Amino acid sequence: MGGLLLIAPGLIWLERRLLAVWQDRYGPNRAGPLGVLVVLADTLKLFFKEDWIPPFADKKVFVLAPAIVVITVLMSFVIVPFSPGFIVVDLNIGLLFFLAMSSMGAYSIILGGWASNNKYSLLGAMRGAAQMISYEVFMGLSLMGVVLITGSFSLHDIVEAQRNMWFVVPQFLGFVIFLIAGIAETHRLPFDIPEAESELIAGFHSEYSGMKFGMFFVGEYIGIMLISCMVTCLFFGGWLGPAFLPPIVWFVLKMFAFIALFILLRASLPRPRYDQLMEFGWKILLPLSLLNVMITAGIILWNENPL
Amino acid sequence: MEATLDPTEKLKQRFGNETFTSQRAKDDIVTLWLPLEKIKEVLWYLKNEIDRPYILLFDLSAIDERSRNREYGYPSDNFTILYHLFSFDRNSFIRLKVALKGEFPTVPSITNLWANANWYEREVFDMFGIRFEGHPHLKRLLMPESWQGNPLRKEHPARATEMGPFRLFDEKQDREQSALQFRPEEWGLQTSSDDSDFMFLNIGPQHPGTHGVLRIILQLDGEDIVDAVPDIGFHHRGAEKMAERQSWHTYIPYTDRVDYLGGVNNNLAYLLAVEKLAGIELPERANVIRVMMCEFFRIASHLVWYGTFAQDIGQLSPVFYMFNDREKIFDIVAAVCGGRMHPNWFRIGGVAQDLPRGWDKLVKDFIDYFPKRLKEYDAMVMKNSIFKARTVGIGIFTKAEAIEWGVTGPGLRACGYDWDFRKKQPYSGYDKFDFDVPIAHNGDCYDRAVVRVEEMRQSLRIIEQCWKYMPEGDYKADHPLTTPPVKKHTMQDIETLITHFLGVSWGPVIPAGEAMSCIEATKGANSYYAISDGNTSPYRVRVRTPSFPHMQMLPYISKGYTVADMLSILGAMDYVLADIDR
Repeated sequence: MGGLLLIAPGLIWLERRLLAVWQDRYGPNRAGPLGVLVVLADTLKLFFKEDWIPPFADKKVFVLAPAIVVITVLMSFVIVPFSPGFIVVDLNIGLLFFLAMSSMGAYSIILGGWASNNKYSLLGAMRGAAQMISYEVFMGLSLMGVVLITGSFSLHDIVEAQRNMWFVVPQFLGFVIFLIAGIAETHRLPFDIPEAESELIAGFHSEYSGMKFGMFFVGEYIGIMLISCMVTCLFFGGWLGPAFLPPIVWFVLKMFAFIALFILLRASLPRPRYDQLMEFGWKILLPLSLLNVMITAGIILWNENPL
Repeated sequence: MEATLDPTEKLKQRFGNETFTSQRAKDDIVTLWLPLEKIKEVLWYLKNEIDRPYILLFDLSAIDERSRNREYGYPSDNFTILYHLFSFDRNSFIRLKVALKGEFPTVPSITNLWANANWYEREVFDMFGIRFEGHPHLKRLLMPESWQGNPLRKEHPARATEMGPFRLFDEKQDREQSALQFRPEEWGLQTSSDDSDFMFLNIGPQHPGTHGVLRIILQLDGEDIVDAVPDIGFHHRGAEKMAERQSWHTYIPYTDRVDYLGGVNNNLAYLLAVEKLAGIELPERANVIRVMMCEFFRIASHLVWYGTFAQDIGQLSPVFYMFNDREKIFDIVAAVCGGRMHPNWFRIGGVAQDLPRGWDKLVKDFIDYFPKRLKEYDAMVMKNSIFKARTVGIGIFTKAEAIEWGVTGPGLRACGYDWDFRKKQPYSGYDKFDFDVPIAHNGDCYDRAVVRVEEMRQSLRIIEQCWKYMPEGDYKADHPLTTPPVKKHTMQDIETLITHFLGVSWGPVIPAGEAMSCIEATKGANSYYAISDGNTSPYRVRVRTPSFPHMQMLPYISKGYTVADMLSILGAMDYVLADIDR
């Protein structure tokens, strides 16, 4: 867990450097080699900032909200198999646990926006709640294909089942839907509608500063890592790979490829409108994911007892 | 041709000979004085009944005449209210003036004739204390509610040093803050409907989406906009007042800062008016240099708009690429002018210096470089499907609505009307250049973007022609009022030497008269109406900026859309706060 908390700031640095490369500028390059220490400086700054709670805020909830996001995301990592044997607990309901935890994450946005007692935050929270709850549905459904093929909710089993073929091939539709839903879950651009800087000025966390803001910030980055880990496990064979590299290295490589993809998306795509996102979800993703489950189930049934 | 354009005869037939008094203006715009009782009828007639009507209320302002060095027989000695109308069918302006009596006169409001009269009348009320009878919301527009006096009246001080030191006591701060509090009932806005309570969301004056100190109060039903109230004036610096105490020459840098993205376009609008007053004809080279620089600034301004528009929609990267390209333009601008955003480079009767050696290579490099980039941006921004989803069909207005609200420039052209003052009323030799006026047909945010992107290509074409056919010759006119005069013209005899000395020390004395210029600036029709009473500084300068009426239209075009759409609408409007508030 400590490792995760260390990687998260590293990601912030990585994102800033990568964005800079794609945007024809330098990015942080002064503090330390290649600017890596800029994260340290930022963290120190956040720590030493005044721990300000606006007088009009609902104090208890205001403090609770940022904790929720970090806790739920970190809890989800419990079930991620980084390599054979390197896993905290191999729950037999692993996937369900992940879905449950990411649903809980929605609370942090709702409560944070609500407790701030600020109109922008409220709008952000409202958008966030609607977005996360809707995309939760497709996220769960898109994984059902994988679960059907494997016959297990345990991530370890799911990875093992990909020895012959990564699930991205038979479950390509599921993969695409999961990826989209994952971006929406982590509310990253292009789906950063609850924050929408140019409209809502950071939305649900407008009023947050200091380390409480830091928690939201770190939570977001661990969230990206989590979704990348999940994509890797579910569709890209987890730690599996040619033997010249140890399994953990394969896992990390794949994970970083997805993190880079997330950052690239942020660098390149504009943000759809809130109702367009909803429409896209309910009118396109939902039927598609249902179709995916049906076809997968049909094929499995066919294979088990052909007429 | 001119005679058929002149509506004076028709007006006299209709309203009687004695109603109108003509005034000769230096800019050949028909200028008529008429009595206060007749003004509404005449305006109505000009808008609705006359053939080829004057459908655009181009500008509405006032003049404080009390300390003017009047010519004999000048009909006004207190205040004058001033209407500029424009007829697209005639392609000509008409200027109507009404002499007002008394210290704080009252004028009938024309808000029921033209929708865009609303803000113009509020501005006049704010600046001159002239009241408008029948105006729905006669409140201050640019100055804070608590301001004492009316800035453009001659007795109002023009400098802080004339007003005593500024102090902010606690009570004063509280008073000012409560004056800024938004009270929906003052604007006739409901706080709830039958089935929901409305939320009033205060956007700005500090908000990343407003691109400057603009405040908008939104009446929201959920996320849907019921109504909006823009609150402007945070960027007001009194550019018109400053003109009254600067010399004709030293006012030029202030114009740079009106539309601060438009650079020399502002210089040009002001100087065209001054040159009309002084009767200066420019040598060809000076004109071509001016055109070239104006087009560079048009591209630079559109690039800023392009990038920030994409950013408003959530696309983070394009703005960096576009600012890089703008930097390339600024390299050229810096090589030519020395300055960047505020080049302050045009002079009365020409430009400050000749082009530097090697300018042609810089310009050529840019001409070769830029089209590829535009193509790339098309793929990145204009063809992006999310971008389209956010802009197509958003913030639509029709050509008729645009004219009613005083929209000019790309906003008007996006409604399918190919009106460009560079083509229709060519100035500075634009008629010698070969370029197209891009138009689009739906009048939504996307079409406004399409028009601007194509305009950059056309500007580049103009620049290329400037580069190819740059004429030899002087960069400044050989005229006594050219400021500062070219040295070699001043060393001939005592007369030229004295003129030079006076022009440089006092500033030039521009002959009495009135003239208006109208140019196609980066954001629409920009015009300076300069009045000289034969002095070293203008008696009054009226700056008509395009962004002002555009912003006024915001509530009208954003009703029924969502908060996110409003950002698209604002982005597509391409305004600059300094251009609105002046």
